[in-house]
Parts: sequence; C-alpha cells; structure tokens
Amino acid sequence: MTAFGKLFRTTAFRLTLVYLFLFALFAASLLAYFAWNTHRLITDQITTTVDAEIGEIDDIYTRRGLRGLVFTIENRALRPGANLYLVTTPAGQAVAGNIGALAPGVMAKNGWSETFYERLDDGGQRDHRALVRVSELSGGFRLLIGRDLAERRRLFGVVANAARWSVLIVIVLGLGGGVFVARRVLRRIDAMTGTTRRIMAGDLTGRLPVGRSGDELDRLAENLNAMLERIEALMTGLKEVSDNIAHDLKTPLTRLRNRAEQALATAGSEAEYRAALERTIEESDGLIRTFNALLMIARAESGQARDNMVDFDAAEIANGIHELYEPLAEDSGLTLQVKAVPTPLHGNRELISQALANLVENAIKYGQPAPTLQPLGADAVPGAAAVGDAASENDKVILIEARRDGDQVLLSVTDHGPGIPEADRTHAVQRFARLEASRTQPGSGLGLSLASAVATLHGGDLRLTDAQPGLRATLAIPARAGDARAVPTANSE
Amino acid sequence: MVTAIQQTLSEPDTPMRLLIIEDDRESADYLVKAFREVGHVADLASDGEEGLALADSGDYDVLVIDRMLPKRDGLSVIGTLREKGNRTPALILSALGQVDDRIKGLRAGGDDYLPKPYAFAELLARVEVLSRRHGGPAEETSYKVGDLELDRLSHRVVRGTEELTLQPREFRLLEYLMKHAGQVVTRTMLLENVWDYHFDPQTNVIDVHISRLRSKIDKGFERPLLHTIRGAGYMIRDGIR
Repeated sequence: MTAFGKLFRTTAFRLTLVYLFLFALFAASLLAYFAWNTHRLITDQITTTVDAEIGEIDDIYTRRGLRGLVFTIENRALRPGANLYLVTTPAGQAVAGNIGALAPGVMAKNGWSETFYERLDDGGQRDHRALVRVSELSGGFRLLIGRDLAERRRLFGVVANAARWSVLIVIVLGLGGGVFVARRVLRRIDAMTGTTRRIMAGDLTGRLPVGRSGDELDRLAENLNAMLERIEALMTGLKEVSDNIAHDLKTPLTRLRNRAEQALATAGSEAEYRAALERTIEESDGLIRTFNALLMIARAESGQARDNMVDFDAAEIANGIHELYEPLAEDSGLTLQVKAVPTPLHGNRELISQALANLVENAIKYGQPAPTLQPLGADAVPGAAAVGDAASENDKVILIEARRDGDQVLLSVTDHGPGIPEADRTHAVQRFARLEASRTQPGSGLGLSLASAVATLHGGDLRLTDAQPGLRATLAIPARAGDARAVPTANSE
Repeated sequence: MVTAIQQTLSEPDTPMRLLIIEDDRESADYLVKAFREVGHVADLASDGEEGLALADSGDYDVLVIDRMLPKRDGLSVIGTLREKGNRTPALILSALGQVDDRIKGLRAGGDDYLPKPYAFAELLARVEVLSRRHGGPAEETSYKVGDLELDRLSHRVVRGTEELTLQPREFRLLEYLMKHAGQVVTRTMLLENVWDYHFDPQTNVIDVHISRLRSKIDKGFERPLLHTIRGAGYMIRDGIR
C-alpha cells in the first residue's frame, strides 16, 4: 500500500472527506440563501420606489400637463445615480428621459420587465440591464421608470465570489486538516503497530508511546501498556516456574535415572534389584505429588475451581485438620492446638482444607523452636530449669485458629519456630521457593504457593506475619468468597 | 513392579472379571497383563462404544474406564449403563485428576476415581475393594479378624479378652481396615474414606495414625494383625491364613 493510499484509508481522513462535503454544502446553501434573499430585497426595493414615483409623476402630469411632466423628468434624470426615465409620444417618439436606446418592444407593453438599455449620457455601452415599469398616461403618452440592476449584479458577484472562495478555502483547509490529523493518527498508530510487532516477535519489554494529551489514543495506549505489563509479569512468572519446574523435576529425575542405571550395573541379587526398584517407585511417587500440586495451583489460579463453591463452617475445617495432623505434630515433638469458633464460609471446601493442611505441614516441618540459650550452669539450679522448660513448652505449640474479622474469615496457623525474615516472605510464597534454611528438609516447596493460590481464587490473600517469635500464616478469605469475582493471579501477590 | 506386587499382595481368594476400557494401547496392555498376573481376568475395549457393548452384555465384577475415550467418553458410558440399570462398580481413570473432575465423575455414576499417573498397587487395591463391595454381603454390624473384634453398634473393640479404648477417629480407621480385612488399603484410600480429604499430603500423616492404632491393637500381643504392605499401603488380617 502506498503512503497516500494508507493515508486515504485512515478513518480520520475519510471522516474529513465526509465533513468536507458537508461543510461545503453548508457554505453553498448559506450563500445561496443569502443571494436569493438579497435579490428579492433589491427587487422589492426597486418596485416599491418605482411604483411610488410613477404615482407621483402621474399626479404631476395630471396637474401640470405635458410641460410639467417633461420638466420634472428632465430634472430628475440629471441627478447623479438617478433612476431611468423615458417618456414617449403616442407615436413612440422620445420626449424626455435619460435613456438612449432600449430593447425593442419594451415600451409597447405596460407593466414590469427586465431589459437591456443604453443611457443617453454614456454613449454606446449596451450591456446595462434594468428593471423597468411602463405605464400609459392619458393622451397616449407612455412613461417608463426603471432602475439599473448593476447594484444587484454587483452584489450577486460578491456573493458568488464569496461562495467560490469559501468553498475553495473549506476544501483546502479541510483536506489539509484531514491530512494533518490522519498523518498524526497514522504516525501514532504506526508507532503502536511497530511496538506490537516487536512484542509479537518476542520482545515483551516494549511499551506503546503515550502522549501527554490524554486523548483516546493515549488512554488506549495506557490500557494496552497496563495489559502488556500484566502479560509480561505473567510470562516472567511462567518462565520462572518452568525454569523451576525444569530444575526441581530434573533433579529427582536424574536421581531416578542414576539409581536405575547403578542398579543395572552393580546389583547382583534379586533383593538388591528390588530395593533399587522400590526406591525408584518412591522417587516417582514424589514426582507425581509435585506434578499434582503444580496442577492444583494452576487450576486454582485459572479460576476453574470456582464451580465447586459450597457453604461450610471454617471451624469444622480447622478441627478436621487439627485432628488429622495432631499425631504427626506430637511425633515431631510439637503440640498442635486448635481454637475455632463457628465461622460460616462460602468457598471451595476441598481446596481450603488442603491450603490449611499445607500451612500446618509447613508449621510442623519448619516450626521447631530455636534452641533456647540457657545460662551456663542452669541445670544446677532446679528452679531456673523449670522456668526454661515451661517457656519452651509454650514455644512448641502450633496453633490453628478459625475466626471472623469483619467481612473476612481468617484461618491461621501460628508456630514458634525461626519464622521467615520479612524480606523473604514474598519469595516464600512463590512456587518452588525454599528458603535456604529449609533446603535440607523434604518437600516440594509448593505448599505456601498453593495456599496463596487458593486464597486468591477466593478473592482473599495469604498473609505471612511475625508471631514473635515464629511465623503466623493466615488465609484471609471474604466470607462470601463465592460471589467474589477476583481475578486470579499467576504471581502470588 | 507387577511381580513385586504379586508377591507382596495376597493372592485373590476369588478371581475377578474386569473390563478395562482404555484407548491407549500400551497402558491397556499393561493393565490387562498386570491384572492377569495377580490372578484376575481382564477384558479390553479400546473405545467407548465397544466398552459400552461389552459392559452391557458381559458379567463383570468391576469396570475400569478411562475418562477420555474415542467415540463415547467414559462418563457417558457409565451414565448409559446406569440408566439401563446396570450397577457394575466402575472406577474412572483420568489424566485430569482434580477434585472437581472427581466430583463430576462420581456424580455421573462412577464409584471411584483415580487420577493418572497412578500406581498399579493403588488401582488394584481400589478395584478389589469395589468388587468386594459389589458382590459381598451387606454391611455387617461387627467385624472379626483373628481374635480382634469390632462391634459397630456398641463401638466396642476387643482383642482376645482385653477391651481396647480407641479414639473416635481410630475407631473409624480400624472399622475401615476391618471392613476390608485381607485387602490392601492404600494411604489415599484411608484419607478419602476415613477423613474425607482428597489431596496428597506431603507428609506421612496417615502412617502416624496407623502406628498409633497399631500400638493399641497389636502392642503386647503375640501375633500382629495390622500389616504394612510395602509400596502399597496397609492390610489387616490374621497372620496365619
């Protein structure tokens, strides 16, 4: 497409053409109306004055006869800018007036007519036009009074000129403006197209140019930029996740493969083969669990799980999870307690249970209290030792709570372990994030991530706060979560 | 793997007749072979229409149906069978495997749901439980394994002459194990049926409950009844069969 063709095809330019036509039409009709009215007005004026003068002259003729008539006509005809006069005898001979020649037959009929004429005093110019009225006086004399139409024509000429120029100016300005606007729009659109092409080619960092005028294109660009921002964030998240998946799944896969290979190479007895195979199965079960957790998160984040929202009591979930994990906590030397008041909630029961279970599992895994520094020789003082024990007993409690706070239902798990430093908390929620301190512990690193995705699905969030010491992880979910139209995010925010 | 399970699991008392409806040739062949090796009879249908026809005409103990099948999807096969009054227990296999899909599957008339990838041991355990439920007697009021007795009405558990005190959840756990005495029950089956949770715990939370139960019913007794089946789950049975 040529540059001109492109310009011509722009909406701005086409609109300009339409407006151009409309404005030209408007100017033309305005001027036509003006011209027609002027024409009528001038004609009216002429007829009125001529009619009056004929009455007047007729009166003079009646009172003073032909002499008075001729005298008056001659007198009036000499005045500058005068009307046109002609008096003829019944035989058609001119006796008075300022007209030298007339179109033939004009004098013959009474009434109004338009005619060419020649003035007596300006010799030979025949292109004058006049509006004249002829009337018959008594005795066969004929009187013509008329008015030159040059004024009318001049005015007409002015109007016609005005029409020509205004239409021309409208066209020139309109076309110029159209081209200017179209080119401006086109330039901006071209810039946008260029950016989008770059983005399509894979450069997600590109942003559309935003002007300062705040017009619709700027607003569009701003919105598109916000969208790009979001897409970039999602893509970065996705890339991070796939990198992490690659890393976290490759490690166990490599281990799996090595083990199988080693078994093939070295195992001699059936028992050794069996042990290797059993370990292989265990390892792949772990992989499957990780996959399932990932799918679950993807599912929660995509918002599909919204179909299964039911009414239930959050306290029931807290009690259920407490019951399930209490022996496990005890085996780990911790005490799992629950403090739950009946709290109605609308949401996906299954997912919320799992999210809470994940938080409890985390608390059991990482919530071991930091070893208390006992003063040297404390053992020797029975009283001091007892106090120390009481304090650490308290530290070994993991508390599950379910309560309502305003419009929100809070399901929290509090431990008294080392906690998570504030700077690391955002990171901790991300997929596969495993804080340095816990790398040695088993786990997929998806627990908090899933809990966060579940909270987001319900229009709430996962809050990690300091329990001084320890970590309090709280699922804050609007009580009517099923109604929430929250946009689930891929990045747990 | 199949051999390992064959040796660790009990030989079935009565072989089951299974119909496997699965379009993926390799997994289908694997399943047929694996079921045969543990002593069951398995037929194979490779699409929904064929599966429906076979299930409708044959007398099967359990149907194992893939969710996504050519010609007619798995849920529709089950739905049609149920409409015709065919109550053969059906286990749905699905690559989707999420909570919502499971609910959909069970609503469509499926009796159990297993997400892919699954361990064959898990599938076998579930199929055997389904089959027993189908052909076996109605729920009994008491169960007896060896010298361990559980009375579901009075909530009493007695081993030999000694009455055992169990927590309500331990009672339900033992009840489920004894209901399926002689069968392997997996950890996920326990989590689903005793606790009604349908997720994978990342920890050995079920094992801890089992070991507590074991310390109550087996500790101090000569013959253990509650056995751990490696790579599969647990089984309660009288040691000498």
